[in-house]
Amino acid sequence: MAVPILKQGGYLIASIQAALTDSDVVQLQDDLVERVGEYRSRGIIVDVTALDVMDSFASRALRGLAHMTRLRGAETVIVGIQPEVAFAMVQLGMNLEDVHTALDLEEGLAFLDAQTKEPGDSDR
Amino acid sequence: MTQIDEIRVRVESDVDVVEARQKGRELAATLGFSSTDLTLIVTAISEVARNIVVYAHHGEIRLSTINDGSRRGIEVVAEDTGPGIVDISLAMRDAYSTGNGLGLGLPGARRLMDEFDIESVPSKGTRVSMKKWAPEYA
Repeated sequence: MAVPILKQGGYLIASIQAALTDSDVVQLQDDLVERVGEYRSRGIIVDVTALDVMDSFASRALRGLAHMTRLRGAETVIVGIQPEVAFAMVQLGMNLEDVHTALDLEEGLAFLDAQTKEPGDSDR
Repeated sequence: MTQIDEIRVRVESDVDVVEARQKGRELAATLGFSSTDLTLIVTAISEVARNIVVYAHHGEIRLSTINDGSRRGIEVVAEDTGPGIVDISLAMRDAYSTGNGLGLGLPGARRLMDEFDIESVPSKGTRVSMKKWAPEYA
């Protein structure tokens, strides 16, 4: 099942709704890397709240996604990793290395706002 | 040790990996595992099922409830007739992979479960058997 991607201001939000096959994950990766250019997005949020498992393939794909989009000039934040999923990832020996994570969508947006603020932007 | 309720899932593509995970979660949920344990089991199933798809292209996951007299648990068997593993101790080492993975599949699955056995004969196939015991019940 394809993951819907919403454009919200300068950001893209991919909200995973159901269990993903490996090819769905790869598709999401490709779609986001392409849309960063299409919409000139500065930030991406991947919401994994609905995922009940994050195995080595999914973790590696999300890490790859974050690295690829960074090369395209956009920061990626993974939000909503469930406590059980976090536990399993650590047991598995998986880590997302330098990929940004946040508790939920709200925190993720706040993080991107702080990250993508231009030096010349006035504080509001 | 008696076995009941065997569920078989044919594994040939990434869709079957998801199917094996879902069936495993359903079966394990009937045994009183905590939600954390369920996630650990499902993650381990995902790793061994993917190994079948990537290395052997087709095989089978068998899920069953087990009982050793005092405890109940789940047994997951992943079996294929693929190329087999030449050096099992190397395959069980973290970060070793002959595919393009992270090399966390087998050693990771072993850490997620209580018991883990692997048998493999080059050019004959591989059989992984994993168990997790449910918390004691009254």
